[in-house]
Amino acid sequence: MPGFTLPSATLLAQSVLSGIFVGALYGLMGLGLSLSWGLLRIINLAHFAFAFLAAYICYQLASHGVDPLLTLVGIVPAFFLLGVLLHWLMARFRMTTFNSLLLTFGLMGIVEAVIQTIWTADFRKLESAYANQKFKLGALFFPVPELITLVLAVSLALSIWAVLRYTDLGRALRAAAEDPAVAAAFGVDQRRNGLLLAGTCAALVSIAGVCIALTATLAPSQMYAWIGVVFAAVMLGGLGSAIGPLVAGLLIGVSEAVTMAVTAPSWAPIVSFTLLIVVLVFRPGKAA
Amino acid sequence: MSRSTVAILAVAAAMALLPLAGLPAFYDALLYLMLHWIVLATSWNILSGTTGYFSFGHGAFFGAGLYTTSTLLARFEWPFLWTLPVAAVVAALLGTALGAVVFRVRSVRGELFALLTLAITFVVGTIVGNTPIDGGNGVSLASVPVPHLGPTQSSTFYLLALAAATLTLVVARAIFFSRFGAGLLAIHDDEDAAEVMGVPTYRYKLVALAISCALAGVAGGIHALFLSYVTVGEVFTITVPLTVVLMSVLGGTRHWAGPAVGAVAITGLLYSFTAADHAVAGKAAIGAILIAALLSMPDGILPRMQRAWRGVTHRGAKASASVAPTAAAPAPPPSSPAVPVAGDVVLRVSGLHKRFKGVRALAGVAVDVRRGEILGLLGPNGSGKSTFINVVSGHYAASAGEIVFEGRGLVGTPAHRIAAGGIARTYQIPRPFAHMTVLDNVALAAMFGGGIATPRAARDAARQWLDFTGLAAKADAFPDALNLHQRKFLELARALASRPRLVLLDEVLCGLTPSEIDSAVALIRRIRDQGATIVFVEHVMRAVMALTDRVVVFHHGELLAEGRAADVMQRPEVMTAYLGRAHA
Repeated sequence: MPGFTLPSATLLAQSVLSGIFVGALYGLMGLGLSLSWGLLRIINLAHFAFAFLAAYICYQLASHGVDPLLTLVGIVPAFFLLGVLLHWLMARFRMTTFNSLLLTFGLMGIVEAVIQTIWTADFRKLESAYANQKFKLGALFFPVPELITLVLAVSLALSIWAVLRYTDLGRALRAAAEDPAVAAAFGVDQRRNGLLLAGTCAALVSIAGVCIALTATLAPSQMYAWIGVVFAAVMLGGLGSAIGPLVAGLLIGVSEAVTMAVTAPSWAPIVSFTLLIVVLVFRPGKAA
Repeated sequence: MSRSTVAILAVAAAMALLPLAGLPAFYDALLYLMLHWIVLATSWNILSGTTGYFSFGHGAFFGAGLYTTSTLLARFEWPFLWTLPVAAVVAALLGTALGAVVFRVRSVRGELFALLTLAITFVVGTIVGNTPIDGGNGVSLASVPVPHLGPTQSSTFYLLALAAATLTLVVARAIFFSRFGAGLLAIHDDEDAAEVMGVPTYRYKLVALAISCALAGVAGGIHALFLSYVTVGEVFTITVPLTVVLMSVLGGTRHWAGPAVGAVAITGLLYSFTAADHAVAGKAAIGAILIAALLSMPDGILPRMQRAWRGVTHRGAKASASVAPTAAAPAPPPSSPAVPVAGDVVLRVSGLHKRFKGVRALAGVAVDVRRGEILGLLGPNGSGKSTFINVVSGHYAASAGEIVFEGRGLVGTPAHRIAAGGIARTYQIPRPFAHMTVLDNVALAAMFGGGIATPRAARDAARQWLDFTGLAAKADAFPDALNLHQRKFLELARALASRPRLVLLDEVLCGLTPSEIDSAVALIRRIRDQGATIVFVEHVMRAVMALTDRVVVFHHGELLAEGRAADVMQRPEVMTAYLGRAHA
């Protein structure tokens, strides 16, 4: 068993901060997943592959001198189309929720193979003008790429929340998720809305991918490492919720970081799942 | 012993002689891997394929067995074969502990279960890696002697895996054709209906999970020695569960041999790719095959082939069988229960409350049901009639109050016990098990509510109930081929097959045409004539007048009136409840 040593206040504060940064990325990854599961009844494992594909494309463009954030201009529409295309296929074959999980897992394997063929299984790290920039506030360090991630995660979650809550499109999407037949009777075009939402989910996850490229080291097999934590955030946050995954992601990120600081880094994976199981057992209505 | 069990054993015996032929070690290894995956995929299917609760935690259970064996070998120097039962027990305990927590939560259905079991893989992996069990460096078994079962070391592993695979297939087959297996398959189609029909769903899921984990644990134990060096990073991955799911889905989850077919196909495929040095292409190919299989054969290879085969042999044989059920030709009831003592109270409900988060569905209802009567349960929509049935049958737990059936309190009793104790119900919207034939639907009720032990005897009993309800011509059809009238009669046949002393009928006549109503009314009379007591929720007043001995009227979850139908319906408060108050 690891020794429980209490770290200094500064170290602890820095851990909490890094937990917030990692948690924001969990939330951003979970956003599209949650919308797709909650509103389209499709569990899209391929989102993890899409994120890494976007990350590698960003890496590739950045190594040719393009600013990483500028790559979003091309990446976002491209992944929107990819999402639309995939959803069209799913709708065409009337996938059940469970088969969607298996089908997108198959797709994940294919994308992983494609990435491995193009970029090999070696670790890659994006180099950019601000990759190593950080500024100091008091005793704490704020790395710039992580700050960008945090800002993107919060603003995207808030805008999606606003769209779902205040626009006709959002209302139609929520209605269709609750009762497709009745929504259709009220004139909701579920086919179009479904394609639109699936495209948006894929676009969102591609933005998460760019953030991964900015903050983490890339390897094709790394995509599997995210599945567990991000799903935990999605389920804790509530399916179909825009803000939930972010809040849950931050909670998980901070708990992980503190656990790592107090015990040892190798214990981190246990945090999110213990949280999930505890919530499920004591508040079964809350999760999913 | 059945023919296919004999076949499994015969094939296994023949394969056990292979090492004597002196195959190159390289074939031993390939065959070992195939058998290894047969064990894992088939054991996974015992819970997940039958019930639809897809477990992504098979890696954790497999890993638990693997690390149990490694620890016993490396640290305590046990003889290898003795470690295998322990590996099975440890894996089964882990599964049971998880299941005991997860299956208790009603909202945990398929998808959530899948992700929770996935989480367990990483939790167990983290614990193993951070404790002295592994210590983060892996466990080496290089110095552990391999028992001499075959002429060579590789043939020993082959024989071990062969024994495990044989055991697993025999167990899987036995489960599949038992009462237990029928209950598991019913859980897949409609867990609530299965529970109400008498299937102990919680216990069945738990036992299936334990058996599935134990077999995975054995596979893990053998694999530990096969690998001879085990690490957390290699064992507790997402690869094991996903490969297993892939194999089972490809082969077909609703057949005991489906996963084995898938295991052989995928292992062979993977092998041919890695042998040709195209590991990456292999990964992509597996993904593509999974997608193609899901789109073209959603049920898997084996069921697809079976259907094609049946299509060839049965074509034309069934053209003549298309008769609507009629209650006009009364078949004799299978056997009449003891003649009831008329008049004593069979069901006494008092002070029954049911609240749904502030909504009062039942507010202090008291009803006595007398033996042998048909009691009409009336009331406007939302008055609590269906809630009453749901609470009495155990689907909902009562918030307060007493329900006493034949002297035994029912509050807090799980639905499957209530069903086995002599109360059956029908659903307003029929809920047949979609993947079972009409005959098997009824046989399931006969097995669980009716207490018949073997599927064969249950089918015989079910045939008689299909005759009784006029559905005999549809025995081999699937429920989606029935019209509403036939589905309602199927509900009745299922209720009857559990030999109930009290039948709760929830709007069986709703949606039927006048002539269909007449045949249903005749059938309900004949059900009563057999000695069953009936509580009859209905809106069709013609039938209420014709059938009921007595009615009670509910309004806003309270008892409004009670008495003979003709009298009660004249009372002003009842007319107000149905039609509203006249404003002057």
